Amino acid sequence: MTLRELAVKLEGEILTPDVNLDTEVPCAFSSDLISDILMCTKESTLLLTGLTNPQVIRLSDMIDLVGIIFVRGKKPNAELIEMAVERGLPLISTSNTMYMSSGILYHAGLRSCKIK
Amino acid sequence: MRVCVVARLSNIMAEYLKVNPDYQDRVKELFENDTKPEITLEFEIEEHDFINSGKGSAELKLTIKRLGVDPAIMRRIAIAAYEAEINIAAHSRGGAMRSNIFPDYVHIVFKDMGPGIDDLEQAMTPGFSTAIDLVREMGFGAGLGLPNIERNADIMKLDSEKNKSTQLDVIVFFQ
Repeated sequence: MTLRELAVKLEGEILTPDVNLDTEVPCAFSSDLISDILMCTKESTLLLTGLTNPQVIRLSDMIDLVGIIFVRGKKPNAELIEMAVERGLPLISTSNTMYMSSGILYHAGLRSCKIK
Repeated sequence: MRVCVVARLSNIMAEYLKVNPDYQDRVKELFENDTKPEITLEFEIEEHDFINSGKGSAELKLTIKRLGVDPAIMRRIAIAAYEAEINIAAHSRGGAMRSNIFPDYVHIVFKDMGPGIDDLEQAMTPGFSTAIDLVREMGFGAGLGLPNIERNADIMKLDSEKNKSTQLDVIVFFQ
């Protein structure tokens, strides 16, 4: 599944239209805890989160994120979106909750990232 | 990886040391090393600056990437450095990180301006956190910072003096 396809499934709004959305997404991880995200993601991962502060973009400097889905209607500010565009990191916002979004994507065949 | 606590002298002076057994024989040499590093990077970290914290670790990762270090090792370095940078921003009055890059390893020194760690044993316990609400709202404060550093470092040395400062040394080998 590509980011563009999963954005449709989540009825999501693409916040970075100029960034490539046709990358294949291998797996996903959902969390609002940065240390958890750092500890658990060992491979190229899609992140679902409710965090919209700049540190969520800094995270992508440390680990390999293929994109970020902001859940329950959260939208980061323009500065954060610009930080993502600079890095070529796709951002999508959905009104679905984290539970619903994860469920929809899991049901569509997107596996959980390996945590060990 | 084996964890050993070398000294907990009192509540005032504490030291925690974790060494990957593969490098046990090199610990003394590494801390007494007066060889000039090939590259040194320095970054200031301000108290509660969650806009810029992390820049130092990102820059370090980029530098190491240029040297052709294995991606899995690069990731360990970036995560340990980032957690430590966030710790300084979240828990101290500010400080600095200095990364000394040698041909086969990186030695990163994090030094803050206090107030020091109250209880080192608690601080090393996964899930224990003294983070204030502001820090928690940013997605930090899960109590996994130091355990995550320990997990990713080959050598981790923590010295903290209550009401003074904390120094954390992180060493990761490139092989």
